This record gives sequence, structure tokens and C-alpha cells, in this order.
Amino acid sequence: MTTHTAYRLTTRTKAGTITGLVALALIALGFALPAFVSRSTIQDLFFILTMLALAQLWNLLAGYGGLVSVGQQAFVGIGAYAMFAAVILLGWNPVVAILAGGVAALLLAIPTAFFAFRLQGAYFAIGTWVIAEVTRLLVAQWKALGGGTGTSLPREATGNIMGVDLVRALFGVREAAARDILAYWLALVLAVAITGGIYWLLRNRLGLALAALRDNIDAAQSVGVDAVRLKWAVFMLAAAATGLVGGLVFMQTARISPGAAFAVTDWTAYVIFIVVIGGIGTIEGPIVGVIVFFLLRSALADYGSWYLLTLGLIAIAVMLFAPKGLWGLVSARTGLHLFPVRRRLSGPKIQGGT
Amino acid sequence: MILSLDSVSKSFGALKVADGVTFAVEKGEALGIIGPNGAGKSTLFNLITGNLLSSGGRITFEGRDVTRLPAMERVRMGVGRSFQIPQPFEGLTVFENLLTAATFGRGGREADMVEDCARILDETELLRKANAVAGSLSLLDRKRLELARAMATGPELLLLDEIAGGLTEAECTALVATIRGIHAQGTTIIWIEHVLHALTSVVERLLVLDFGRVIGIGAPDEIMASKEVREIYLGLEV
Repeated sequence: MTTHTAYRLTTRTKAGTITGLVALALIALGFALPAFVSRSTIQDLFFILTMLALAQLWNLLAGYGGLVSVGQQAFVGIGAYAMFAAVILLGWNPVVAILAGGVAALLLAIPTAFFAFRLQGAYFAIGTWVIAEVTRLLVAQWKALGGGTGTSLPREATGNIMGVDLVRALFGVREAAARDILAYWLALVLAVAITGGIYWLLRNRLGLALAALRDNIDAAQSVGVDAVRLKWAVFMLAAAATGLVGGLVFMQTARISPGAAFAVTDWTAYVIFIVVIGGIGTIEGPIVGVIVFFLLRSALADYGSWYLLTLGLIAIAVMLFAPKGLWGLVSARTGLHLFPVRRRLSGPKIQGGT
Repeated sequence: MILSLDSVSKSFGALKVADGVTFAVEKGEALGIIGPNGAGKSTLFNLITGNLLSSGGRITFEGRDVTRLPAMERVRMGVGRSFQIPQPFEGLTVFENLLTAATFGRGGREADMVEDCARILDETELLRKANAVAGSLSLLDRKRLELARAMATGPELLLLDEIAGGLTEAECTALVATIRGIHAQGTTIIWIEHVLHALTSVVERLLVLDFGRVIGIGAPDEIMASKEVREIYLGLEV
């Protein structure tokens, strides 16, 4: 029997292929960059990459899973503390200890989801925040890690981070600078893996289920999408990866306190700002958003609380006038998608597809 | 017998929206459901699909007790539905709406569903707009999409909730022809509709619902001739 298939499904576009090639070139450049730029540039890029990773994860939760969490700082914080605990109490190498951060965040996500998933919408958001605060208060009781005032990574641990010697030999820099470069590389790996992983997920059949869930949960269940399991999976995944980012961020600063590790402004408010101004529900949005956020932060660094006020006003303006964010404006005007996820049907009788 | 309901009840507080509903549908049959607004027709659908769980009674589908099964498992068994108010996945294209329904409703790879989705789109006259975003569709096309998406789940039993409502005469005629085609291919249909001539041109039996109770079930002309039905449903003084 010969079957003639007249209809084809395509997701590949020219823009997508170009994006892929440019992304590969940028990643290669990113790895080589420490040879050419100053230590402060590397620190800035570390900040941008970690915020990008967090923004992509929050976007996965809110923009695709419909889970508007205001409690992601719980996973950053627990990830950071688990990393410190593994180094200080178990004597692990800090780079390996980052993995403990991911595991700890995953474990915390299970009871969090159990309670928070009983709540909907704004109640879910508040619920996650409450859980994050409770976690912060509990961790502040942990005397071995400095209690409420926090602690630093011991000298012998920071002086002995896996790979630092190699970086020193490679670039001929001091130990502190070498540690920054190593952290930057790890941030690059995480940001690329998270962005790439989410993109892969969206092009997978789960991407359709997530989009269906986002648009209409009743209809999604009525076509066979297991909404509950999907929400759990997305929440667990985002939490574990957020924990890894938390571990990495505090490996770089080498100092931790409950206030810093569980800061709702740093790890959730800024992250939401990035996703909202960039464009929620797209891969491009957080990338655009993090660049805009970094520029604003640099420009307004000397203005104290005006900085936060300005961010707030910009967020309100974007929500009112460009609810799909800056990238939404661009793609509406040009039809451009750098990370195409559309399944196009091509074949006879279809408009725009032969 | 593909579906049977045995004394199925559902209450919201003191309000009984389904009250001891008992009936059965044969494989390949088309059954119409009529009744005044608020009679509990859509609720009955939600009970059959699992979007609502019943407070009492038993629902059997293909010989299996599905009373406590959630919607997503029933659709995988072959219970497909359209919503009274179209609920497309607005951010997805027409084709992606069907692709989602096909891959999750039947379980399978996207690539294996393409041909079938294209065929259903052709049958429901949506093929031309396959790559249009669902949120941009007209009412008629949204209704067609409801039907097409339900078909994409590969249903043995198809539940249509006022799919002809709000359409012009010509649009209605076209949609009825499509539904008749689906029925002719052997799909069992239960159809709630206010547009009676559309309904009676397809279904073999009518069920009348009022205050969550079955008032009558039988051949359309017998049902429409019954004094009780005329009083309740048509509001006629006889």
C-alpha cells in the first residue's frame, strides 16, 4: 500500500534557522569573552545571565502554565542555602554543591505545590509568597549557617573551587577574578540550557498542552490534557532550575543571609518586571526584558528609590499600552518570531501554504 | 448500547439540576435533547463528559462505569464534546487546536495526526483557515472549530451543545450537513439544540428535559405531539 501524504506539519522558519546560527555564534563568543573584557563586565554579564535564567523560568510558570507565582525567592533562597550547607557542613566543592541547591528546591516545591495548587489566581500568588516567607523564617533559625545574620563561604572552600586553577592558568588572572569567570561560565551554561530546554519543551507535544492550558483549562481537559499533572511537572521543573540559579548566584557572592537569599524584590519582582516588559508567553520576551532591565538599572543606579518608582511606572505603562510587552510590539509589527513554535499546516487548499 | 445513565443526580445546594436522570443511547444513534432554558441540559452534558461529577447515580460508557472518572480520561475513552459558548485555544491556530485535541485525546505523536486533522478541517470547511489564529475567527468558524476539535479527539460518542445557535439560516444548513456526514460515518451523537428543525433533520429520538428531570423520550413527532411537552417546552396552552 502506498500512502500519499499531501499535508505536512512544519515548525521550521528562516528566522528560526538564523536565530539558531546566531545563538551558536553568541554562545561561542560568550565562552571566549573573558579573554577580552574586564572583570566588571564579566560581573555584569553574570547578573544578566542569571536574571535571564530566572525570567525564562518564571515565564514558563506564568506565561505558559498560568501559575503566577510571587514566591520564586523561596527556591532561590533554599537553593542558595542548600549550596552553603553542602559546602560548610558536608565539605563539598561549591560547584558540585550547586546541584544540592537544585535538589533542595525540588524537595521544597513538593509541599509548596501541594498547598498552593488548592488556590487559584491571586490567591495562588499570595499563597506562594506566604510559603516563601515561612521558609525564610525557618532558614533564619538555622544556627549552623549563621541564623538571621547569615554567613560566608569559608576561605578554604572559595580558594579551592573546581576549575578555578584552570581559569587562572588560562587567563593569567587573580583568584577572585578567576572565580568570577568560572561563575560566569556556569551562568552561561545555565541560561542557555534553561532557554534551550524551554524552547525544546514548547516544540514538543507538551508545548501544545501548555498553550491549551494557558488559554482555557476546561477545554484543555476536555481534549484529554492532564492539567493537574502538567502543572505539577512545570512547577517542579521551574523550582529545581530556580534552585540551581540560586546556588550559583550565592556561590559567586560567597556570602549569604536570609534577607538576601529570600528577597522578594530581587528574585521575583525584578523577574516579573523583566518578563512583563519584554513580553510574557514568548522566549524572546525575557531576553529583550533583561537587556532593558539592565540598561535601566545602570542608568538609574544613583537615584535610590526613584529607581524602583521608575521601574514600577514603566511596568504600568507597558501593561496598559503594550500588554504583550516590547517583543509583542515588534512581532505584531513585523510578524517576526526568533524562536518559532507555530505548527504550520501546509498542503492543498490552505491559505498561505501550498 | 454505548452510554447509559441510571438515576443520575446533581445538586448545587438545594437546587437539583439533574434529578434521577435515566436513559440509554445505542451505538450509532443520534439523540436530540430539548428543554427550556435552565432545564439542566448543559449540566447533563457536563455530567456525561466528567466536567462535573454527579452527586448520585451511575454513568456507563462502553460497558465501563465512568461515574467517577475525570473529563480527560473520558475523552480518551471516546467521549468528545463541543461547548455551548465556543472555547477555542485562542492563542493557537485552528490547526494547532485540532493537533492538541488529536495528540492528547487519542494519545500519539503530532506527526501521525497531521493527515487526520487535515481531513477533519476539510470536512468542517476550516481547511482554508488552518493557520489562522483561533482568536481571530468569526462565530460560524468558532462553532465549526468546536465541532472539528471534538472530532479530532476521535470520539465514539460526540456531544454537541447548541452548535447551531446564533447562526444564520444558511450557515445552519451547512453545519447540519456536516453533522449529518459525521453521523453517517457511524459516530454516535447527542445534540442539545433550540433550533428544532436543524435537530430533527438529524436525530432519530428526542429527549425532553425540564427542571433536571426527563419528561419524555421517543420519536421526534411523538414527542412534539405530546401534550405535556407542548405545555412545558413550547409554553402552549392546550
